[in-house]
Amino acid sequence: MNSSVFRLTLPILFGYLPLGMAFGVLFATQLDYAWWAAPLMGILIYAGAGQILAVSLLAANAGLLEVFIAMFVLNARHLFYGLSLLGQFRGAGWRKLYLIFGLTDETYSLLTSRSRSQDTLHELDVDFRITAFNQVYWVVGCTLGALLGRNVAFDSTGIEFALVALFIVLTIEQLKALGDSFPVWAGAAAAGIAMILLPPAHQLIGAIAIVTAVLLLQYRNLRARSGAEGNNHV
Amino acid sequence: MSETGYLVAFISVAAIATFATRIIPFLFFERHTEHPLIKHLGRYLPAAVMALLATVFLQRSGDWSATVPGLDTILAGALVVVIHLWRRNALLSIAAGTAAYMLIRQTGILDSGLAG
Repeated sequence: MNSSVFRLTLPILFGYLPLGMAFGVLFATQLDYAWWAAPLMGILIYAGAGQILAVSLLAANAGLLEVFIAMFVLNARHLFYGLSLLGQFRGAGWRKLYLIFGLTDETYSLLTSRSRSQDTLHELDVDFRITAFNQVYWVVGCTLGALLGRNVAFDSTGIEFALVALFIVLTIEQLKALGDSFPVWAGAAAAGIAMILLPPAHQLIGAIAIVTAVLLLQYRNLRARSGAEGNNHV
Repeated sequence: MSETGYLVAFISVAAIATFATRIIPFLFFERHTEHPLIKHLGRYLPAAVMALLATVFLQRSGDWSATVPGLDTILAGALVVVIHLWRRNALLSIAAGTAAYMLIRQTGILDSGLAG
């Protein structure tokens, strides 16, 4: 079974090794902490964009409350992954906690898109192995990157742009999946307002608060409109 | 707080925040998956947060006192967009944009080019 799990997760291997290495190199070149903290973060936090953002938060000596809010909101999309897996993970027993812990973007896409047999327990075991294989790839990538960044001397000035590039790519992917550019404009505008009004340390939290308020307003307006239409039809 | 103490606290907080986003649905929403507000946020929030982060960090990467303010980050960012729309390969887009930005920063090519 492990060889079929390996084949299933091969695309993730090719994604996680280089991205994990990018994080490791970034960690080792931007920060003065021991190199093994990079793989440790891969084991305990296990979030791609989250860990890369964590490097810039560590570099800025960010306050712990800001760290919590920034990491929570960056990973908030995971809230909605869980919602669609409530049924699938039912009956997973002791495996359930790890299945939930390891629910990254890539693992989610694999678990929800693969074909499943009637044998629920067997399928949950496969889900568990997929999750574990993926995390191993990620931690290996983090380790290699941290060692590379620590031991190979090169001018790494500007390597932190990888974070910006990652967010741009994720924005484009979200936009393509959604087919609606409103949230992208709302997010960019909220960031702009926060950057004008607030000092750098509070810009992230401020922008998040603004955009959440905008989305709640949009929700209220949509509800009011569909409610009005509903009444007209009656 | 000592350096190591801060790192331990940082990793713990980051790990808890990340795990919270993954486990909350299983703790509290077993019965509310169909609520329209949750569906609405699930649809729009991820795209909004990504755009917000891209904007904030684009701004922070730019040299806004240069001859053309922010040209370094705008050029590299535009390259990421173009390459990603062209090939739709995340790693290629990230590598190309980062390499371009590193080149601009390390050679100072924009300043000398514009000054000359």
